[in-house]
Amino acid sequence: MSDDVIIEIKNVDFRYEATSPVLENVNFAVKRNQSGCIVGPNGGGKSTLLKLLLGLLTPSAGEIRLFGKTPCDARIKVGYMPQYHLLDGAFPITAGEVVRMGRLGISGSRKQHNERVVRAMEEMEVAHLAARSFAELSGGQRQRVLIARALACEPELLLLDEPTANIDPGAEEKFYTVLAALRQRMTVLTVSHDLGFVNRETDLIICVNKFVTLHQAANFTAQNADEIYHHKVSLIKHDHDCFCHCQHEGHEA
Amino acid sequence: MNFLTDFFTLSFLRNALLIGLVAAPTLGVIGTLIVTKRIASLAGASAHAALGGMGIALYLARVGQLAFISPMHGAIAGAVGAAMIVGIISLRAKEREDTVIGVVWALGMSIGLLFLARTPGYVDWQGYLFGNILLIAEKDFLWMALLDGVVILPAVIFYRKIVAFFFDPEFAALRGIRGTACYLTILALTALTIVLLINLVGIILVIALLTLPAATAGCFARHLGTMMIAAAILAAIFVVVGVAASFWLCLPTGPVIVVTAGIVYLGALILRKFLR
Repeated sequence: MSDDVIIEIKNVDFRYEATSPVLENVNFAVKRNQSGCIVGPNGGGKSTLLKLLLGLLTPSAGEIRLFGKTPCDARIKVGYMPQYHLLDGAFPITAGEVVRMGRLGISGSRKQHNERVVRAMEEMEVAHLAARSFAELSGGQRQRVLIARALACEPELLLLDEPTANIDPGAEEKFYTVLAALRQRMTVLTVSHDLGFVNRETDLIICVNKFVTLHQAANFTAQNADEIYHHKVSLIKHDHDCFCHCQHEGHEA
Repeated sequence: MNFLTDFFTLSFLRNALLIGLVAAPTLGVIGTLIVTKRIASLAGASAHAALGGMGIALYLARVGQLAFISPMHGAIAGAVGAAMIVGIISLRAKEREDTVIGVVWALGMSIGLLFLARTPGYVDWQGYLFGNILLIAEKDFLWMALLDGVVILPAVIFYRKIVAFFFDPEFAALRGIRGTACYLTILALTALTIVLLINLVGIILVIALLTLPAATAGCFARHLGTMMIAAAILAAIFVVVGVAASFWLCLPTGPVIVVTAGIVYLGALILRKFLR
């Protein structure tokens, strides 16, 4: 396998015990410095695919390799941001402590850990919130704290689950800028239900609806979207400038 | 009568206060974990299953002539067993957790009452349910102190990992933290705490003593650690105030402790509402 292949999925099936398969015959690869967006209807298997990549679930058949290793062995290189509203909003923990969790399992002195935590928080512009209770933060702030936690892991692969869900348009706009900067130095995979978001921010579109198909973002059309969702989908809001953006940049591979 | 002189002359009063004070650190740590993980009902099932164990143990001791079995042995087996069953099910099939808790809760208690009904001689089952401070033995302190050590030492050493696991178990697993063993250990320690406090407040009321100090502390705490320490201090205060008040008012100790804790908790909720 080439060193440039970050994610390689071969003939993967997944089913929960005796139920019908959630994912079937999944094959795709993501190379270094490519970024992708995982899209598809609810219940189509997006979260399952993410959990397989994280090693939280094991495929019923087939093989997943991250950096040439099993997902469990490659975890140290992976940063993950869950959906913030799935976390307990009343838990007694400060934003700084949340980000510090990202350093668990990494060796280093207390000073090194603290430096990395501060750096990740500064990058996400949440350093001033470090002593604040996580429960008091707004949705957008919590989301940035959780990305800072993923960055504190110093990942080479960043997995973001629905990063734009439940946040206001201003925070969303800011998030796109942040994401563009992160894509310069690591592979970023985002799970999203927002197709506008897809076109604007990624190289690859990974469509998940039991089967997985890979599209180059530059060639992705409303017709592709209709096929994934099995009904007419309107690509709204970001479409225009997204497509322009993608076409100008050009995406080979 | 003076409470202080009574404290020195009446051993049952001293025992009730001491067991509560010695239990406070464990109550602070375990109570905080139960409240933040929202598993108070799981702990409730474990407490009620203790009665099942106690009933079977008493029956075996008196009818089966197995004199070496004490109700305490049965309580430990029942409470720990129930905590493990419900704990494993809650990890494997979260959607069944609620039902299983209800079943273990009621079944444990029913089995206990049935065995007690067939056990010859007098049995103070009300004492089991609501506490009887006259039954607190000197050696209970030693066990409780031992439990303090077993609970607090790992809580300090593995503090960051515990915070990570309780806040976001999925992320903790990604950082290499094996949560299952930690979770089941905490449940087993919860069951042991419950058993050691049965004589002070009883099976039915023990959950209140476990959760109310932590819930009160949780109204204001910003860190898990400060919540644990504040809960421990509150637990100690509730026990002292409750034991003293029950003595002066000639009322049963367990309910007075729980009502004291409940009033302070309600006060904390109202105070928080005004502060925010």
